Amino acid sequence: MAKLIVNRLFLGLLTLFAVSVLIFVCTQILPGDVASAVLGQGATPEALVIFRRELGLDLPPQTRYWNWLSGALQGDLGVALTNKRVIMDDLLPRLRNTLFLAGYAALVAIPLSVGLGVLAAINEGKLTDRLSNVLTLIAISLPEFFVAYLLIIFFAVNFQWFPPLAMVSKGMTFGERIFQTTLPAITLTLLVAAHMLRMTRSSVLSVMSTPYIEMAFLKGARRKRVIVRHALPNAAAPIITVVALNMAYLVVGVVVIESVFVYPGLGQYMVDAVAKRDVPVIQACGLTFATVFVALNTLADILVILVNPRLRQQD
Amino acid sequence: MKLFGHRLTASAAFGAVVVSLFMAISLFTPWLAPYAESASVGGTWDEPSVKMIFGADQIGRDMLTRMMYGSRMTIGVALAITALSFLIGILTGLVSAVVGGWVDIFFTRLVDVMLSIPSLIFALIILGVFGSSIPVLILTIAVLDSTRVFRLSRALGMNLTVMEYVEAARLRGEGLWWVITREILPNARAPLVSEFGLRFCFNFLFIAGLSFLGLGIQPPYADLGGMVRENAAAINFGMMAPIYPATAIALLTVSVNLVVDWMLSIDARPSGAQAEL
Amino acid sequence: MDDSTILNITGLRLVSVAGHVIVDRVDLHLQRGEVLGLIGESGAGKSTIGLASMCYARAGVHIDHGEVVLGGINIRALDAEGRRNVRGKRIAYIAQSAAAAFNPAHSLMDQVCEAPVIHGLMNRSEAEAWACQLFTSLDLPDPQNFGSRYPHQVSGGQLQRAMAAMAMSCRPDVLVLDEPTTALDVTTQIEVLILLKSLIREYRTAALYITHDLAVVAQVADRIKVLRGGKEVEEGLTDQILHNAQQDYTARLVAVRGAAANERAAAHTVTPETVLSVVDCHAYYGDFHVIKGVTLDVKKGETVAVVGESGSGKSTLARIVTGLLPPRSGQLLFRGQAMPATLKARDKELKRRMQLVYQIPDVAINPRQTLLEIIGRPVQFYFDATRSQALRRVEELMTLVELPLDYLQRRPGQLSGGQKQRVCIARALAAQPDLIILDEPTSALDPLVAEEILKLLRRLQSELGLSYVLITHDLDVVHRIAHRTAVMLQGEFVAFDATEAIFDGPYHPYTERLIKAVPVMRSDWLDGILALRAQTAAGVRSHV
Repeated sequence: MAKLIVNRLFLGLLTLFAVSVLIFVCTQILPGDVASAVLGQGATPEALVIFRRELGLDLPPQTRYWNWLSGALQGDLGVALTNKRVIMDDLLPRLRNTLFLAGYAALVAIPLSVGLGVLAAINEGKLTDRLSNVLTLIAISLPEFFVAYLLIIFFAVNFQWFPPLAMVSKGMTFGERIFQTTLPAITLTLLVAAHMLRMTRSSVLSVMSTPYIEMAFLKGARRKRVIVRHALPNAAAPIITVVALNMAYLVVGVVVIESVFVYPGLGQYMVDAVAKRDVPVIQACGLTFATVFVALNTLADILVILVNPRLRQQD
Repeated sequence: MKLFGHRLTASAAFGAVVVSLFMAISLFTPWLAPYAESASVGGTWDEPSVKMIFGADQIGRDMLTRMMYGSRMTIGVALAITALSFLIGILTGLVSAVVGGWVDIFFTRLVDVMLSIPSLIFALIILGVFGSSIPVLILTIAVLDSTRVFRLSRALGMNLTVMEYVEAARLRGEGLWWVITREILPNARAPLVSEFGLRFCFNFLFIAGLSFLGLGIQPPYADLGGMVRENAAAINFGMMAPIYPATAIALLTVSVNLVVDWMLSIDARPSGAQAEL
Repeated sequence: MDDSTILNITGLRLVSVAGHVIVDRVDLHLQRGEVLGLIGESGAGKSTIGLASMCYARAGVHIDHGEVVLGGINIRALDAEGRRNVRGKRIAYIAQSAAAAFNPAHSLMDQVCEAPVIHGLMNRSEAEAWACQLFTSLDLPDPQNFGSRYPHQVSGGQLQRAMAAMAMSCRPDVLVLDEPTTALDVTTQIEVLILLKSLIREYRTAALYITHDLAVVAQVADRIKVLRGGKEVEEGLTDQILHNAQQDYTARLVAVRGAAANERAAAHTVTPETVLSVVDCHAYYGDFHVIKGVTLDVKKGETVAVVGESGSGKSTLARIVTGLLPPRSGQLLFRGQAMPATLKARDKELKRRMQLVYQIPDVAINPRQTLLEIIGRPVQFYFDATRSQALRRVEELMTLVELPLDYLQRRPGQLSGGQKQRVCIARALAAQPDLIILDEPTSALDPLVAEEILKLLRRLQSELGLSYVLITHDLDVVHRIAHRTAVMLQGEFVAFDATEAIFDGPYHPYTERLIKAVPVMRSDWLDGILALRAQTAAGVRSHV
């Protein structure tokens, strides 16, 4: 089993490497001449030359890639094109903010949705299950900004319980942070929890249909015992996979939510960079998001290995 | 009431009606809209009146007209994306499943790496370099989405390739094209159709989200996501302007999901959880 | 009804949620220590009745009517908690597939001890001691430590015995055995059968033995009840059913199972010309040496059977012959000429002359094509036939396999198992082959249906001069249709001779085990085997 885990870690690192290559290819190789792609048709020849020099485009691609990657590994992500600031200085605090918001939402969403999903599966076909099915179906169909604006209208404008914009800054206490980020966190939670609930429910249902569950009932075990002792240990692996999958939804949702609430996170940073066609920042943000995502997936796969009963009992 | 030989539930019927309505309105918008696409007929964020059922947008254009043109654009783009994504995904997925070998390994690894970057982030990267023109949007999102269709098609293909009737066809000497189109695809139809509905919803929300961020469909084209962005400031004054296009997005997506959910439940067998004890 | 009746079911009726009647007013009674065999083809409702005697119905099925009286108490009238209390404790279930019935996440001991502990009959250590005792009587290896293993770590036969231990853990009054040996190899089956019989006898447990195999049930049951389409056909003492059946259906079931004793392959179909020749073939799956030096030949008009248990490599041999798995060494000859080893290298003519019929007709034909398309495609593909030519040929073929012509536009989903297999045969015939390889063609079919298919195959061989390579584990089928037989064990032939010679002896030791493991339609056959073994053991001991 340890061998499997090491293999998986190695695969994760390999994936990160491949991802960095992919990002580099997309931003610097694919466009052909990056300068004219970014600056547009109306750019003057001088502007093109300056652009190329700043990005080091006269060097061969392998060198450029290596410079970029080695720099990134040492914490130097380069300098922004538009405002000449060191990217790492802006990126790190924003990354912290985003992780805070995402973590807040995940901590609430995961137990809520997995618990409700298991309950829905146990009560399959009954009213509670059918109701939850319709409600979650509606929830996953709503665009993030729609939910965000609804919540703002109700809780910020009408009831005035929370601020409509999430203003977070250095030196705030933990409590103040929580207060500022509650509304965006609730929005995120609503969206992700619905997905996770549905997927958890179907994972548990498929375990409940197995012959060994039937056997447990035929031995005279109570429903509670069958679910806790027989179903859940086997549903653990698919549920972990479901949670990991939904962390991806979380990353995507964070970007839009940060825009609505004007929250100073990594998502907003990237959106601004894209609007301004700031290639180094785009590369840096893309790499950061991808790293977080690959790390989460690797962690989930390792947990699945640990939870697999067949692998735990190797002679 | 029956559709395709199966009983429709109330929610699925509702969904089907709403979807048909949206599709019809989007198709015939130029003939149905009360005003021209960019005609300014009122003041900023005018209240709803007889002249303008949903009021006016941020520069005085009729909200209803803008919404109709916006639906047309967003639905059209989403359909184009989904169609292209399915074309790419099904072709690569089924070929990988049937041919196997290094073709399969190549595509699977490529898709694995592509899926290691969240789709929104990947889209942002591409749009940041190439700009947000409509062809770029359609191509980018379609290629990104095709990875999911690839995975589904490949999984279906792998399940079906081991069926003896596929082996019988290969033993006969049938070519790859025959095996894929005549033996495998007809048996993969049902899950692919429901997946089309789901992917359409996802792409629809995706393009609306990008437009909301200002990085999707650019003005002067009307687009539902962009309309939410343009009218967002009205919220601060307690006005409902951005809610109308946002509700339109939500309504269409919910309806498609209701129909797809119904389609999926047709094939579902009662699970073990319902045994009689 | 005296107080030694342990189970009495009256007027049992089960209905599906769609409204179909699955079991129609069946009565059943069982004395203490008695074994009742429930016999029937698939769809007869025997499993459903077995589960209903525990007041359990699978999803989609509902117990509509009937009384289930266990030890004097009508358990159907009890509430849910009352019924739960009875299950596992007073009436226990042994499923068909042990691999599916055990939870992969828990050890075998955990699961065997579960029932007595949750019913409050024993504490954990008492339950473990009892479990070890059961493991010993069930002849499991290392009984003291066997329980610490997990389901994926033991073999199929061992798992089935563990399931028997699990069922006996509460010393129930009644055991419901649902096809307990059907999924096992013939040689494993006889061992498990012996152990089950001794277990039932030792603890005086009553048992419902559900199976489709009359010869098997004849060894363990005191009485037999025959079911068909959810209704009872006949019931009686075992010997009475076997030798003196009252109903026509029962008589046919008995006749089919015993037919092997009399029928032989028709000698007149064989000609001297050799159609297929396999010379000293070796094949590997990666590093695993799966086929070890097999030599085989088939004459025109002949049926050669390849017999073996699962894992013997017989299906792999079929893949070698058809070109799906190229051998590492050895020769393949078709009609005297060397055949390319891979499928790709073979031309259309060669592929046409050799056809394959599969075991499970449900997956052998495309469910989304009509019969016309399925049978017509080979005609068009191999002979460049026009539509009308193909149509006429398909009609000829359907008549040949005895399928009604108005089935042309039907899809496989609308056909029965036997009809689907006829379609598979028609598809093979459409190519006008010289050789047909049949991979377990009747194993997935009910006995009466299999009978018809077998007759069809014999007739086709006689009319068309076809050669067959018949791969099977069913020795009865081999007896009746094969001219020569090869016995295969772990990738090699241990015997290859005329069928009579194989079955009459002298035997290779494995052949002997195989032949002697097949239940014969005599109720005292198993006892005879046991007596023989006891004699041999005593003989050995007396010489030591």
